[in-house]
Amino acid sequence: MILSSTKELKDKGFEQILDFFRKKSLWMLHYCTGCGAVELPPTMTSRWDMERFGMGPMATPRQADLLLITGYLSVKSLKRVIYTYEQMQEPKWVIAFGSCPINGGIYYDSYSVINRLALYLPVDLSIEGCMPRPEAIIDGFTKLMKAIEKGEAVGYKKYKENYEWYKKNQREVLERTTPVL
Amino acid sequence: MVKTYIFRFLIAVLTSIFMGLLYMGIGRKFMARIRRCYAGPFYQSYIDVIKLFSKNSISHNWIMDFGVMMGFAGIIATVVFLPIGPFNVFPDMKGNIIIIMYFMTIGYLGMAMGVAASGNPNATIGIARALSLMIGYEIPFALSVILLIFANRSSLLYDMVLSQHGSFLNWNMFRYPFAFAGSLIALQGMLGEQPFDAMIAPAEIASGPMVELSGKFLGFGFLQHASQIFLETGIIAAMFLGGGTILGFFTKQLILYLITLSIAAVFSRYRFEDAVKFFWIIPTLLVLLQLVIFLA
Repeated sequence: MILSSTKELKDKGFEQILDFFRKKSLWMLHYCTGCGAVELPPTMTSRWDMERFGMGPMATPRQADLLLITGYLSVKSLKRVIYTYEQMQEPKWVIAFGSCPINGGIYYDSYSVINRLALYLPVDLSIEGCMPRPEAIIDGFTKLMKAIEKGEAVGYKKYKENYEWYKKNQREVLERTTPVL
Repeated sequence: MVKTYIFRFLIAVLTSIFMGLLYMGIGRKFMARIRRCYAGPFYQSYIDVIKLFSKNSISHNWIMDFGVMMGFAGIIATVVFLPIGPFNVFPDMKGNIIIIMYFMTIGYLGMAMGVAASGNPNATIGIARALSLMIGYEIPFALSVILLIFANRSSLLYDMVLSQHGSFLNWNMFRYPFAFAGSLIALQGMLGEQPFDAMIAPAEIASGPMVELSGKFLGFGFLQHASQIFLETGIIAAMFLGGGTILGFFTKQLILYLITLSIAAVFSRYRFEDAVKFFWIIPTLLVLLQLVIFLA
């Protein structure tokens, strides 16, 4: 009992050190079907220069730590986003971007767009706005970094613990929109 | 005796990784300043590597594990033959350039085996482009190697460095300027910088060979690239810039790398068949011209 607890303590300390490196080097995969994608290039390039924080765009889900859902998400693309999320390697984080993934935004009554992303994927941070300006995005990223350092951004663990609940929600919305052939 | 060799081997490998990552970090800063950004700190690459090794990773089969390791091992086995300034891992070998050229391909072949086993078509396309490009830049590079072997009556890098001692006007860079220009273009291709980055092409084939690499695999890819920068700039620094003391050697490598990056900053991407054609015409002709001048 004592042995296991000391091991836990050691693991925790080790994780804390690794978390420091993780927050300093966040590689993101931006899922750019929404309109928020327009705000990302100025954030990445010389005007706001996101690379100062060690962040950078990555080409594939395997390499990325951070999934950006930039704007509204139609049900069809939700399926792909779930595939993408499950291909990413832990530790991984999700950022919902703009008001659409929070409450539906201007598409709140659309038949083909989901309203709350948090029902289907564990969202670690939401940046509200329509669309959020680069200042707001960078503010959001720094908040996520602080959360990672404190060990509070554990969405990927929640996803594993509540896997059935998430899968049930996903199945409901995906089945509702299965095309009738 | 064996212990000393192992110790020297470890020093060479660790130096190559450490310095390679440092060059990468400085290079990123340099690139950012060209674009009027600031980028992260110069030690960003170390942070990236530690983070990558701390992540979970997924392997598709044992060939993938083996291939990635072989790619990394191929490069560090080559670094062993590179005279790092006055330091030689095996004092009797003295860096035979033909062995170096032979071993350098093993890194690429290992990578090819690993990423082809990952099963992603983008990776296969990327590595096919990388290997085709290798056919392109090996020709001007091999020709300038032949020129230096003729000139020095020796295929040892160490002898080539010795023959350039004294004033900096003795450097092969000034003796054989056309061959140096050709090799510099070949270096651009070896490092895979623009305009010869068709194998990476993030927007087209999703970063090519690295597409399926996650966590520690990508970490090994990073380390391989770092050693590769160290090795390839090191070869050119020894062949044309006269080696020098350890610090001088590192400085020359860094300058070569920054020259490569400043060329990369202003160019867009060649299609890979155009790149191969370019390599077979311009740099090859430059080195051939030098060879003709030397023989005449």
